[in-house]
Amino acid sequence: MSNPIDQASAATDLFSKFDPLIQQRQQLLDAGVQDPFSLVMEKVLSPTRAICNGRETILLGTYNYMGMTFDPEVIEAGKQALDDYGTGTTGSRVLNGTYQGHKECEDALKEFYGMDHAMVFSTGYQANLGIISTIAGKGDYVVLDIDSHASIWDGCAMGNAEIVPFKHNDIEAMEKRLKRIPEGAGKLVVLEGVYSMLGDIAPLKEMVRVAKENGAMVLVDEAHSMGFIGENGRGVAEAEGVMDDVDFVIGTFSKSVGTVGGFCVSNHPKFEIMRLVCRPYVFTASLPPSVVATAATSIRKLMHGSNKRAHLWENSKNLHGGLKALGFQLGTDSPQSAIIAVIMPDLERGAMMWEALLNEGLYVNLARPPATPANMTLLRCSLCAEHSEEEVRTILGMFERAGKAVGII
Amino acid sequence: MDRAEVDSSIRSLIEPFNKKGVEVADNTTFANDLEFDSLTVMDFVAAIEDEFDIIISMNQQAEIENYGQLVDAVTKLQN
Repeated sequence: MSNPIDQASAATDLFSKFDPLIQQRQQLLDAGVQDPFSLVMEKVLSPTRAICNGRETILLGTYNYMGMTFDPEVIEAGKQALDDYGTGTTGSRVLNGTYQGHKECEDALKEFYGMDHAMVFSTGYQANLGIISTIAGKGDYVVLDIDSHASIWDGCAMGNAEIVPFKHNDIEAMEKRLKRIPEGAGKLVVLEGVYSMLGDIAPLKEMVRVAKENGAMVLVDEAHSMGFIGENGRGVAEAEGVMDDVDFVIGTFSKSVGTVGGFCVSNHPKFEIMRLVCRPYVFTASLPPSVVATAATSIRKLMHGSNKRAHLWENSKNLHGGLKALGFQLGTDSPQSAIIAVIMPDLERGAMMWEALLNEGLYVNLARPPATPANMTLLRCSLCAEHSEEEVRTILGMFERAGKAVGII
Repeated sequence: MDRAEVDSSIRSLIEPFNKKGVEVADNTTFANDLEFDSLTVMDFVAAIEDEFDIIISMNQQAEIENYGQLVDAVTKLQN
């Protein structure tokens, strides 16, 4: 059955470590469920509609919170930049990859956040990876929430600092750890405004105060709050009134801004040195001119987005209240962000529910371990300011029919 | 606290996490013998940190595979 050559190659297959995952995935597909992780959007009609499997589908699982992807002015800025500057920079920000558009994009960020410095990265992932791994060095301590995003954990893994996690949103656990750090060591507290799996927010007012009292610098990832939370859309730190005590805000263009890219804004007087020492900034090509042009235009429009922000909150409240009334178990007791997480009993029924919703004409995110806290399977709904009140009612009807068909409610 | 005292203290702390009642010796591993997942590890480490008023960073945790190594590390850290 097996000859020696087969055995030798099997023994050295570096992919064997993935066998349990391959089996789990196969079991799911064998049960007749459509693969939730290989959906193709054949056409995109608007920030809230696409054609999937030949059918018009309401999008409730994008990070297009402010619906900027089809804004005519934003699109026009991108087209103009393509004409004026070409398709790409073919170089690093520190060599030939900084065009006028990159500076204008950083200027827009400085104005948006009211901060002295802004540094644009090629992705949000790289912004966390680069800033955390660079500023926290050997002998320093990074104190972070256990539910932090993968890019934060990877930034910790890439650096040489001591990594000290604490229980999710637990102010006391964070404080205890800060107080135990040896005197004289550098301290960085890493928090997120909105935690994207359950859509809950951090008690930043208390946490930032405690961090500062203990001599730590504070980095807040506001990826899922930019443009939406806070009076000017600066995020949870703004809403909680602690913006001035946050040393670094990390953000992304791939959510409310509606394109791709990441950034860090800061008032630190020495911040500009980051451009020379931060490897994920230096050793990668800069964003294409059209991307930074769309980002800058979108960011400037988001400064005046208060009506859209108000409508998005209405959507979030309506969907949260409606799902709760239908009997679904939700990730938060009250709506705290534009993300409403519906907790599924297990992965199999989660995948069935996901497919039933898709057949109804609704796309949501299926999230599963290890991306989720406490090994939960979630259907994550993320709302858009462009969803109408009527659309939210339609969505609730789809959830009711699918939930009953799968036997979850 | 000497090693024996640290040992007896951690032995009582581990009880609520040792759901299968595995007999704990110095060579008992957390991942395989005790089947601790990452959440259990976090809660267990937090319990030890609070008891001894120490930090066991993730860098240090990566070096600790079995019970004996943990007792050694905590004995060293609390002195």
